[in-house]
Amino acid sequence: MATPGARSFLQVAATEEVASPLRVVQIEGLVILKIIKHCKEFSPALVTGQLLGLDVGSVLEVTNCFPFPVREEDEEIEADGANYQLEMMRCLREVNVDNNTVGWYQSTLLGSFQTVELIETFMNYQENIRRCVCIIYDPLKSNQGVLALKALKLSDSFMDLYRTNNFTGEKLREKNLSWVDIFEEIPIKVSNSALISAFMTELEADTPVVQCDYDRLQLSTSPFLERNMEFLIECMDDLSMEQQKFQYYYRNLSRQQAQQQAWIQKRRVENMARKAAGDEPLPEEDPSNPVFKPLPEPSRLDSFLITNQISNYCNQINGVTGQSFSRLYLTKALHEN
Amino acid sequence: MAAIEHTVLQFSTSPSSSLSAKVHPLVIFNICDCYVRRPDQSERVIGTLLGSVLPDGTVDIRNSYAVPHVSGEQVALDIEYHHNMLISHQKVNPKEVIVGWYSTGLGVSGGSALFHEFYSREAPNPVHLTVDTGFVNGAGTIKAYVSVNLSLGDRQLAAQFQEIPLDLRMVEAERVGYDILKTPMVDKLPTDLEGMEASMERLLALIDDVYKYVDNVVEGRVEQDNTIGRFLFDTIASLPKLSPSAFDKLINDSLQDNLLLLYLSSITRTQLTLAEKLNTAAQVL
Repeated sequence: MATPGARSFLQVAATEEVASPLRVVQIEGLVILKIIKHCKEFSPALVTGQLLGLDVGSVLEVTNCFPFPVREEDEEIEADGANYQLEMMRCLREVNVDNNTVGWYQSTLLGSFQTVELIETFMNYQENIRRCVCIIYDPLKSNQGVLALKALKLSDSFMDLYRTNNFTGEKLREKNLSWVDIFEEIPIKVSNSALISAFMTELEADTPVVQCDYDRLQLSTSPFLERNMEFLIECMDDLSMEQQKFQYYYRNLSRQQAQQQAWIQKRRVENMARKAAGDEPLPEEDPSNPVFKPLPEPSRLDSFLITNQISNYCNQINGVTGQSFSRLYLTKALHEN
Repeated sequence: MAAIEHTVLQFSTSPSSSLSAKVHPLVIFNICDCYVRRPDQSERVIGTLLGSVLPDGTVDIRNSYAVPHVSGEQVALDIEYHHNMLISHQKVNPKEVIVGWYSTGLGVSGGSALFHEFYSREAPNPVHLTVDTGFVNGAGTIKAYVSVNLSLGDRQLAAQFQEIPLDLRMVEAERVGYDILKTPMVDKLPTDLEGMEASMERLLALIDDVYKYVDNVVEGRVEQDNTIGRFLFDTIASLPKLSPSAFDKLINDSLQDNLLLLYLSSITRTQLTLAEKLNTAAQVL
């Protein structure tokens, strides 16, 4: 942010500095390998870690990372966790690693990461750092031969709405916000230093076929698809529960409205009688009457998150079935010869 | 190599089993990154290697971190930093212990012996890894050494660094894909289908090669090699023998299953859009 300085800076200080939108996340190969190692070692448990790097213009560079130890819910261990973080950052500073937190990474199982905790962590980070990103890595999907790495960010409009904690239908319509707008996925670029690319070029395996090819050309995908379907079905159950909550709310609302109308009618009749008798007419609204108590509208946040998850599962299923098609046709052609 | 002054030498212990080391690609990346970031006045980087010793005696090097040091006339290592980092790393992964140390630069120098002595107090039989970041020989050489004590009778003379075989197979790097890790800048991570395409192209190239080889052998242009012939025979025999109708049925069933899933997921997505429109568009009041 521009600091108020000499008079000549007045113009700069007057115009509010608009942060250029984050367009690309540039990760180093080192970080990718570290994330993969950490997530794979502890799979199926979910783990997290911190990302370090630099924020340059519209590119967020991630140059290093370190994992978080598995934390238990205990008061003194919380302080330990903070100490660990400070210690790591201090030590890394001594070897000239960028000391700047730019976000965090977490592992996920088949894409079930859109939870309220994620949003809350984002809000926590956002208070301290202007731009932060969350990298999600899926070790299960990577076994299929695809590098399942995603960079996510909360969209700005959603963050404003979350701060006011108001998720009623009207507000959402106003802002034209739907469930696709909550998370923004940012494209990832990978960069490597010249030294490491020299080493890798030299150490590259001589075989024409590499491990990822073996993974990709495997015919059996049913365990993966089965688990995807299981999660999908569970999410559908959750979604239907949320929708039932809404139906309940609407039914109550309409019932309350009917009651209100009835009460108002009664009041009007009473007022007419009183006018006839020459008395003061009673007010038509009575806020203390429980009939008029505004019903709280259930928050749509959960249903949005669940919807996000479901769409994620659907996309994954699409991707995997697409791959299976190619594989099956390949096998067919192979056999015909 | 260590100074060998006397003519009579006696190796007190030869390495008991053929000790070998296995290095994960992350370690190489770490070392290169630390080298690139080293403070201007130091020529090389020293650091600790973490890992475990596998049951068959191989040392599995999985992680590493750099340690600030002073080289040259006097050698010194920041021991406190080393211990702090070790404790921090072990909080995350208690199974990783110190298995050795690394330094950049070709060959083993005099100061290395002192470092090695320090590390041998930390771990039994530490492995010394040298990574030649200067590409002195025109190639990046990575070598691993263990130290063997040279003694004359009862007196300790010197420690000789003996090279041990190093396994640099980079399975994880292969998984990620060398294209991503090799080039200085990759603009986009490949999607599933692009990766699939690349794999199939490679497979096709391999099949073409085999075809050409078989043609050459049949026409007598190339000497036939029985082992290759046997390999080919095994490969082709590993295709399951199914009658064409059974095979067709199998393939079609799988195709239909996949189509079903695709259809289901498209329906779900349509349903989601519809439900969301209904939810937010409802105007009761």
